[in-house]
This record gives sequence, structure tokens and C-alpha cells, in this order.
Amino acid sequence: MSSSIKEGAISPSPETKLVVEHVSMIFARDGKSVPVLADIDLDVRRGEFLCIVGPSGCGKSTLLNLMGGFLPPTSGAIRIDGEIVRGPDPRRIFVFQERGVFPWLTVEGNIGFGLFKLSREERERRIAHYIQMVGLKGFEQAYPSELSGGMKQRLEVARALAVDPDVLFLDEPFGALDSITRLTMRGELLRIWETEGNTIIFVTHDIDEAVQLADRVAVMSSRPGRIQQIVDIDIPHPRDISSPRYLELRAGIYDQIGLAHRI
Amino acid sequence: MKLSLRLRPIAFIGVLLLAWQIAVSLHPGHLLPTPLEVLRGIGDLLQHGLLLKYIVASLFRVTWGFALAALLAIPLGLLIGWYSRAEMAFNPLLQILRPISPLAWIPIAILWFGVGDLAAVFLIFLCCFFPLLLTSIQAVRSVPAVYIHAGRNFGLSPAAMIGRVLYPAVMPQLIIGLRITLGIAWLVVVAAEMIAVNSGLGFLIVDARNAGSRYDLVVAGMIMIGVIGWLLDLGMRSLERVRSLRWGYAED
Ligand SMILES: Nc1ncnc2c1ncn2[C@@H]1O[C@H](COP(=O)(O)OP(=O)(O)OP(=O)(O)O)[C@@H](O)[C@H]1O
Ligand SMILES: [Mg+2]
Repeated sequence: MSSSIKEGAISPSPETKLVVEHVSMIFARDGKSVPVLADIDLDVRRGEFLCIVGPSGCGKSTLLNLMGGFLPPTSGAIRIDGEIVRGPDPRRIFVFQERGVFPWLTVEGNIGFGLFKLSREERERRIAHYIQMVGLKGFEQAYPSELSGGMKQRLEVARALAVDPDVLFLDEPFGALDSITRLTMRGELLRIWETEGNTIIFVTHDIDEAVQLADRVAVMSSRPGRIQQIVDIDIPHPRDISSPRYLELRAGIYDQIGLAHRI
Repeated sequence: MKLSLRLRPIAFIGVLLLAWQIAVSLHPGHLLPTPLEVLRGIGDLLQHGLLLKYIVASLFRVTWGFALAALLAIPLGLLIGWYSRAEMAFNPLLQILRPISPLAWIPIAILWFGVGDLAAVFLIFLCCFFPLLLTSIQAVRSVPAVYIHAGRNFGLSPAAMIGRVLYPAVMPQLIIGLRITLGIAWLVVVAAEMIAVNSGLGFLIVDARNAGSRYDLVVAGMIMIGVIGWLLDLGMRSLERVRSLRWGYAED
């Protein structure tokens, strides 16, 4: 039997989904070169929920965009399942920081957007399934302008999940939501992740959010961005956010970023 | 209450007509025909079958010139915009052609196509083509990158990208461009008909003046031009209310 591994691919360990190898990113701005990411190394396990935290402007979105294939790195490489990432791919869907639902399509139209290769029945079945899953039942024919911020966010997550991706890149997906909606959305995302088993890479600058959600938290420092530390969150779900271990891990990350514990 | 609100513009026009009638009868020179004379003029035109014929002639030229321009300029503009999204400098050739009034093309239009429909359609085409081209280039360039990234992420082919992302994304801006352009086309057709053809509402106006100073017909022609221009604009505006095209207006 011929191997399905492509030329140049390193045979990956079966648990490794995504590898970032010595990735640096330098942007050119006004004729000057701005180093944004410096020598990033990172392994993400299959089915893992990884959070990336760091101060604003440290390069979190840039790193995620590189992983998603929207930008080529200045040097280094990103591999998914052993293959070098050369562009975006429907097997890995990106949920954008700047809200990417299509305003000209209804809820149904948005969720069905990536399902053009499926038969009509299958497409409709999936649309109905994900509408149900993200709680948008009754809004099938609504346009995004008629939805609240939280509903738009759920819509974008549903659109991503509908194509059954094995990796989800989420760039501060709940950043624009109020704190109550944000808490509910976290719960829903965990529930979805547990049933679907995707690998999730989740960027946030909210340390609590990271400690509540992630298997591991990658802490970045800025200018140029580096991975400072990777913290294992060894608390099973559902997590008690007043447990000593939770508070300890959280305090550790605050320390790492150099923030005081009191305001 | 509601009815009286609706009647208000009609009442206003009535008052204006009355004032017009009174003003002309106070100064019986030949500065302006009275509304009644204009009405009779419209009746004359209807009787001779000229009114409908001229309206159809003008609309025919506008429709062809406008439709041809839209069919060529929009796809071309989308392509140019798409392939030069990054660079912000407009094509200088377009920038020089744009400020040339379409009327300046009249001699050349007549030279190429003779006096007749073709010359008029060509002028309408010209006056629609450049604004529509620029609008669609600009519209594509202003599509937020996040929609394009999302389209690429779901694995769209280039053709699907244009049909399913670019086209709907630029539609609200395009409709505004189409509406403005149709207004320009209607302005230009009247001017073109004064010189380049011998039918249509523009021709009616010069002809009524040249062949016997029938100023009642001149004003009748002007009123027809105004009413039809208004109806055309209403038609374009109703496009803005189509639900899936309306997204650009619903917000902000
Ligand atoms: N296309 C670009 N050209 C030039 N500089 C860029 C570009 N994209 C990002 N940058 C710069 O790279 C740095 C990191 O940006 P990035 O968006 O990755 O930060 P971030 O960590 O996601 O911040 P935030 O938490 O505010 O979203 C910023 O200083 C930004 O100005
Ligand atoms: Mg960001």
C-alpha cells in the first residue's frame, strides 16, 4: 500500500494535530520592517482545546491567521497532520475577530454557505441540526442585522461547525459580548467541543476565559510576540471556578503576564 | 390625518399652479405659458400621437445605453477591482475620461454614427459606462477582507467567490451607483436629442421653439421629462427594498 503522506511531510505522531515550527513573522509598514512574531514553536494535540492569551497587539491574531493559512510566515512552517499549510482549507474553519457572518444571507443561508457540495437533503438536515444546536430555532429566515451580537456570534460558530471541520480557529469570538452572554457561550462551546471532538485553538485576552475553557493555555509576550509559557489546566470539566486549583492556575498566569492581582 | 398628510404635496402643487396662472395673467407678456395652455399643449401632443412616441423614443435610447453600459461596466469593474484590490491608485486613463462631459462627445458621436438613434445610445452608454465602472471598482475594493477570507476558507472556486461573496457584498453600493447613473442618463438623453436626433422629448423642446415658438409645448416637454425622471428614480429605489439586497441599508 502506498503511503498517504505527502512529499516533505514528517510522519507525525498520531496525537499531534498541528505543529508550529520556528515561525517568525515580519510585517513591512511605511518602509520599515516590524517583527511581530519571533521564533514560535508550538504543538497542538488532536482534539485539544488550546487557548492563546496575551496582551493586545502581541500577535495572537497574526499567529492564528498563519495557522489558518491566510498569511504565509516570513520564516518557519506550520504543519497540520504532517502537511505544510499553504492556504485556507474547509477542513479548518476560522471564526473571525471582526465578525464574518454574511449580512446578505439569512441564518439558514449562512449556515448552509459551506455545504454546497452536499445533496439538498443532507444540506437541509445539517442546517436544521446546527440551528438547533446553537439555539437559533425560529430565526431561520432572519438576516444578521435582525440578530443580537450573541446570536450573530453563535451563527458564525454554527456556520463553521456545519462543514464538520477537524480544526476550529476562534479569534476572540466572545470579546464583543456582555459578560452574561459570554458565560453561556463558553458553556455551549464546551458542550459542542465535547460532542464533536474537534481541535480548537482559541485566542483571547481574557485569562479567566482561558483557564475556564482550555486543556492548555499558551501565554504570549509582546514585541515581538513569543510564547512565554504553556500552562496545563489539569482540572476536569465542569470546572469549579472557586476551587483552589483554579485560583492557583489563574494567579500563575497573571504573574506570568506581569499583572497585579489587585486593582 | 393620514389622508391629509398624503394630500399635502398635491395641495402644494395646486397652490403653485394657481400662483403661476395668476402671475402670468398679471404680466401678459410672453414670458411663460399658463398652466392651462400647457395642459392644452399636452392634449395636442396626445392627439397627434406625438407624446407617447417621443416618450418611447427617449426611453428606448436610455434603456439601451444604460443596459449596455451596466452589462459591460459592472463585470469589468468587478474584475479590475478584484485583481487590483491592494493597490489604491486608480487607473489614470479613467480619471481623465471621467470629467469629460458626455455632451462633449456629441460631435464625435455624430461623426461616427450619424444623426440618429445610434449616436444617442452611444452618448448614453458613455455617460453611464465610466461612473458605473468606477463605482464597481470602488465597491469591490471596499469589501471587508473578512468576507473574502471566509469565502476562501469554505473552499469557493474563483467563480463562486465572485458570485456568492463579491457580487452580494457590492450590491448595495452598486444599486446606489445605478440609481445615480440612470439619473445622469436621463439628463443626457434630453441634451443629446436636442442635437443628434429628430425625435424624443429633447427634440420636442427644441422643435417646439424653432417651429413657431410653441412655448406651451416646451413647458409640456419639461414637465414630462420631470415626471418620467421621477418615475425612473422610484423604480430604482424599489430595488433597494428587495430584502436580500437591503442588508447594506438596514444597518448604520
Ligand atoms: N497586515 C499587517 N501589516 C502590518 N502590521 C500588522 C499587520 N497585521 C498586524 N500587524 C501588527 O502586528 C501586531 C500584532 O497584531 P495582531 O492583530 O496579531 O495582535 P493581537 O494580539 O491579535 O491583538 P488584539 O488582542 O488587539 O486583537 C500589531 O502591532 C499590528 O499593528
Ligand atoms: Mg487580535
